Formats: sequence, C-alpha cells, structure tokens
Amino acid sequence: MVEFWTSLPLFVQMLIKGLAVIGVIFPIAGASSMAERKVAAWIQNRPGPNRAIPFWFRWVPVIGPFLQRLGIFHLMSDGLKMLFKEDPLPGHVNKVYFILAPIVAVTLAFTTVAVVPFGAYLNRGGQVVPLMLANVDVGILAVFAVASLGVYALILAGWSANSKYPFLGSIRASAQLISYELSLTISVLPVFLWINIPGGDGTLSLARVVEFQSRAGFWGGLWFVFLMPVSALVFLVALFAETNRLPFDMAEGEPDLVGGFHTEYGAFKWALFFVAEYSHMLVGSAVFTLLFLGGWNPLPWISLAQFAGWLGLEGSPILVGTISIVIFLGKVLGVIFLFMWVRWTVPRFRYDQIMKLGWSGLLPLVIGNLIVYALAIALIQK
Amino acid sequence: MAAIFFYLFAGLTLGSAALVVANRNTVNGALCLLLSLVGLAGLFVLLDAYLLAFVLLLVYAGAVVALFLFIIMLLDTQPAARKPFKPLTLAAAGLGGALLVMGVLSFLTRARLALAGPAETAVPSLKAYAERLFTTYLLPVQVVGFLLLGAMLGVVVLSKKLDSAEKAR
Repeated sequence: MVEFWTSLPLFVQMLIKGLAVIGVIFPIAGASSMAERKVAAWIQNRPGPNRAIPFWFRWVPVIGPFLQRLGIFHLMSDGLKMLFKEDPLPGHVNKVYFILAPIVAVTLAFTTVAVVPFGAYLNRGGQVVPLMLANVDVGILAVFAVASLGVYALILAGWSANSKYPFLGSIRASAQLISYELSLTISVLPVFLWINIPGGDGTLSLARVVEFQSRAGFWGGLWFVFLMPVSALVFLVALFAETNRLPFDMAEGEPDLVGGFHTEYGAFKWALFFVAEYSHMLVGSAVFTLLFLGGWNPLPWISLAQFAGWLGLEGSPILVGTISIVIFLGKVLGVIFLFMWVRWTVPRFRYDQIMKLGWSGLLPLVIGNLIVYALAIALIQK
Repeated sequence: MAAIFFYLFAGLTLGSAALVVANRNTVNGALCLLLSLVGLAGLFVLLDAYLLAFVLLLVYAGAVVALFLFIIMLLDTQPAARKPFKPLTLAAAGLGGALLVMGVLSFLTRARLALAGPAETAVPSLKAYAERLFTTYLLPVQVVGFLLLGAMLGVVVLSKKLDSAEKAR
C-alpha cells in the first residue's frame, strides 16, 4: 500500500491529500452546525431539532428513531436547501468582490488545515512520527500567517455589499481581529521558549510541542495547560475573538447590525462563510490541543508510545495512527464543545468592552506572563 | 516545474505591483498590493525560505495591508477626484526615479554576483536567522525598533488632543 502511494505522481498525491481535507472538513463543519443547535437546545432545556425523517427511514428499527432524535435529517435538509435555493446577487453590490469574499474565506480556512498535525504513528524504531499534510518546519507561524489573511474575507464581504450594516460589521471585524492577533501570538511564545532548549536547533513545529509533552518524568509528561495556565487562558480568549465566536461576534451582531458582514448574502455563499467559521474553529481547537492539551497523548503523564505498548500495538503503525487520530479528534471536539458552551453562557460584549479587554486587559497580562516565563526558563535551562 | 512557478509568481508580483500604481480606485490598489505580496511570498517559498515567506504574509499581508484597507474604507475617498501635481513634486519624482534606475543599472552592470548553485547554498535554519539578528545585524534591528517607537509616540501625541488645546476652545 505504501509502495503504491509513493509510486503515484506528486501532483496526484497532492490532489488526493487536498480532496481528503475537503472531504473531512466539510462534514465536520456541517456536523458542528448541527451540534451547535443540539448543544444550544440542551443548555436551554428544550429538545432541539428532532422531527425531520424520510418516511422510509422510519421503518428501520432503533437506528431510525435515534437518528431522527439526533436531528441528522435537519442537517441534511439544511445542506440541500443551501445548495439548491436561489443564490441572490443584489444589484447594488460590487460583483467581483462580492463573489470573491466567500471563496477567499473558505480557501484560507482550508489552507491552514494542511500544516496542522492531526495524529502520529510509531515507526519500526519505535519513534513517534507525526501525521500531517504539509510538513513545513515553520509550523505555528504558517498557521498564524494564513489565518491572519482571513480578515480579508470579512473586509471584502462588508465593503462589497455596499450598504451600511455590512460595512459597519466588517470595520468592527478588522479592528477586532488585528487587536487580538497580538495577544494570540504573544501568548504562545512561552511554549516555544520552553521547547527550544539551549543547544538544540530552533523550531516552531507543532509536532515538537507535542513531543515535549510526552517525555518521561513529572515535568516531562505535564501538559502545558498546567505548566502555563495564563498562556492557555489568553490563547483561548484570543481564539474566541479571532474566530468571531460569541461573546466576540461583533462582526455579525444581529441585534444592532441585522446580520453584520453577511447581511446581503444568501444561500450557498452565506453557507460558505459558516463552513469557513467552523473550520477556523476546528483548526483553532486543534492548535490549542497541540499546544496545551498534549496533542495525541491520551492522558497527562501517559504518552502515545506507552499507551500503544500497554495495548501491544507497537508493530502496527496503521492501528496506532488510527488510535492517535481518534484521541486527537476527541480532544478537539471537546474544545469545540467548550466554544458552544461559552456561547450560551456569556452574553455578547459591547464593542468598547471588547477593545478594552483586548488592549488593556489581555495584552499587558500576556506581556507580563512572557517576561516571567522568559526569566524562569532562562534560570531553569541555564 | 520550479521554473513555471517562478514565472507565475514573478508575473503575479510585477503585474499586480504595476496595477497598484495604475489603479484609480484605492481599494483595488490595496488589494493589488496584497496580491503582489502573496506573489513575493511564493517566490520566497520557491527559494526554500519558508520563514521569510510566512513572516511576510503575517506582517505585511495580514496586518499592514489590512490596516491600509481599514483606513481607506474609513476615509471613503472617491476615485478620480485628484489634483494635478505641483512642478516641485514632479521634479522630485523624476529625480527619485532617475536615481532608482541608476542604482539598478549600476547593480546589474558593475556588481559581481556569486551565482552559487542550489547544492552549495544551505537552507538557513530558524536558529541561523535568530543568531544573525542578535549579533551581526543587532544595530540595524535596534535602530528600526527606535524609529517605529518614535513613529508610534508621534501618532499618540498627534491623535491625542492636548489639555491646553481643549481648554482654549
């Protein structure tokens, strides 16, 4: 199987990898929107979507009613509706940018996925090899760089719509994203100071961060969320702001801005913005898991290699790879659940509160945190 | 393969850079600048300089051009309402252009470029960049840092209305 894969031309390999990303992200994004509605219902103590079912599916025992109560068919009919309803193109918009904006949003959101490792397997020598699509050594920098371009989708959408509410939404979005990008970037610096031990070659790779959370000993096996709680907290808050999730979704702000940047959008173009938002959430949660929650290690102080050893699976890389992907996805979905939980717990901020929190709350906190950790790491690793 | 990508990215960079100057609409201009930067990042990737490529995207494409667009949209400038240039401006522009052309020409004709093959030039690691920045090029980095600090303080002073000016009103 490996021989067959390497015998394919490079172009075909890349095409298959790219299609695999789209094939995995699109359903997860859709399922997240479903989960969003179910979690919302659960938190508000109501059943949520549980009615739609094709009549012939009702005859399937157990599974039929179960899927119906899960609301799977609402998700499917939503998706089909988005695909088949008329795609409006208002007369007053700047057509090129109006069409370009959702394409930019989705393209950039999917590009970030390529550089995030999502699992690992053990090779013949017992070493942990990360699974990722594009192995670039700049790791986290590539994620931040491509994610920072995502603001153009909102700016273009708001500006090209040529009416005042989308415009206000996009202005808010750009100011907010630029403000929180600083805290986001600075909050991960202690992690990379810690993993770049003196004498080693410098790295920004996300797989190396996980490697450092799976070493032996008390300090080696400790996840970074316990080692650097302030960094983790600030990263998470900044992530909420960067992905435009409540309580930070000023770009949409239904009560005051109708729909914000996507007021003039409908049908599939509108849906693409939400696929992009959910895949940003997915990538953001994945990066948070890699940086602070031990990546594909099942529990603190228990690394993947140890776990595979207990199960007696060292010899089968495909099984270990599958287990690591399941563990990793489980953690990522846990973080996404946290996103939804916060959405129904904390009310939306006012715009001045967001700016105040970003510039005079998080930024000084995270700079102070960096200085403290830089001093401590310099003393420990001397 | 690499040659095709080189011409593609070079064409993108130069073409969109020309459009930045030629465009009447400022928003189009800013977006062409963005495209030009993306092309430049592509050229860096072709040279295996991933760090430079992504830093360029992060700083210039991700933040600086976004701020440009932000300001352009806030000011809401109308295209085509442009004053004719003053003679002094024209003279300065001509002089600057002539200097640039001379500089490029002298670089092309007089400089001896060491054309090393790909095998001889190692890809610089992250650590190599950092070491250079903190040893050989420490002074330029510090000077640029002070310049930026000065500019930032200037903006703070200019945008903040002073107390005396408030009282005078």
